[in-house]
Amino acid sequence: MSKIQDRDIHEYLAELEDIPGTRVFTAARARKGYWLNQFAMSLMNAENREAWKADERKYLENWPMTDEQKEAILARDYNRCLDLGGNVYFLAKVFSTDGLSFAEAVSTMTDMSFPEYQDMMKKGGRSAEGNRSIKANLASAAAENEKGVN
Amino acid sequence: MARITAGVGSSHVPLLGVAVDQGKTEDDYFAPIFKGYEWTKKWEKEEKPDVIILVYNDHASAFDMKFIPTFAIGCSESYKPADEGWGPREVPDVEGHPDLAWHIAQSLILDEFDMTIINEMDVDHGLTVPLSMMYGQPEKWPVKVVPLAVNVVTYPVPSGNRCWALGEAIKRAVESFPEDLNVQIWGTGGMSHQLQGPRAGLLNREWDNEFLDLMVGDSDAARHIPHIEYLRETGSEGIEMVMWLIMRGALGKKTKCLHRHYHIPCSNTAIGHIVLEPDN
Repeated sequence: MSKIQDRDIHEYLAELEDIPGTRVFTAARARKGYWLNQFAMSLMNAENREAWKADERKYLENWPMTDEQKEAILARDYNRCLDLGGNVYFLAKVFSTDGLSFAEAVSTMTDMSFPEYQDMMKKGGRSAEGNRSIKANLASAAAENEKGVN
Repeated sequence: MARITAGVGSSHVPLLGVAVDQGKTEDDYFAPIFKGYEWTKKWEKEEKPDVIILVYNDHASAFDMKFIPTFAIGCSESYKPADEGWGPREVPDVEGHPDLAWHIAQSLILDEFDMTIINEMDVDHGLTVPLSMMYGQPEKWPVKVVPLAVNVVTYPVPSGNRCWALGEAIKRAVESFPEDLNVQIWGTGGMSHQLQGPRAGLLNREWDNEFLDLMVGDSDAARHIPHIEYLRETGSEGIEMVMWLIMRGALGKKTKCLHRHYHIPCSNTAIGHIVLEPDN
């Protein structure tokens, strides 16, 4: 309880944006992605899955999503979907309909192939080292540059 | 009087449910994970709890974007396994305990936790996978369940401190229920994992184990871990660990560790499991 007075909502939200390669599902993203996520949710129903598989583009016509969101889904560009307000638990309905495992779908968001990704996981996963903060990474890169100049 | 006799922490990775359902628990990949649950399976058989308060999160199954309750308690007679996009898991329906659930709901609201009450819902892998890990494949689950769903998807999720305090209030609620019941509380989810973006696949063995250490004894340091630390150290989905704090808070001032297990990886995730007893 003691922390309540110290908490600044703007600082809190700014920190959430300081993590490399991560889109935290904030209220701003949740608003932006509302229909994208609700569309994905509709694939929980077998009948809808059939209609989606039969004609994806046509299926999307019924959803008030932006053109960008529709193109990102059709291209299965999941990083783009995250940028446009998608959340992975909702997007999971799309990739399970495609028959992809969670790990395989997740690997498409990284710079690795699926076998490379699986190999990384078996070896203990991606390290937090160097992956904690965008600001800290920029600061250490700048310090390195400084060294190079001198 | 009802009492909370133990707390269990466990990951709830959906792939573990697949391994159980398809008989793959002895495979090279899964065997080391399931081996760490053998002790608990035996222990649960001896303990025979009447009810589990099962703290978990729904993964866009019962709740979509229409309603996002921070803390919701299931007061239903029973719950069906959800269809998560590939048909429902073939596991028994989950039997509720509406008398205890409603009692807890009322007590929590009087304690200023403004709970959402659920009278009908399906339950997804977040709830059914831990049951499979602890009980295998019975015809019928040998225990009643009070589901307690926490929003750990849309930010801000509840703080660790709030989760711990909710656990404390659950303890008071259970102890004021007149019927003599052996109640356990399970905190599920985690440990480190990130399922999204170029940073996906992040795991943190060291941090996870420090967190497990903090569950044991009389420290309450874990309640003050800020969201940003979970995000930076354990990946975006590592935040699920705040649900373990509800379990820990419900065990009182001090705990004793009966069993502990950690394994990397299961799919995208670090598996953590702990069995605690109140030691007050």
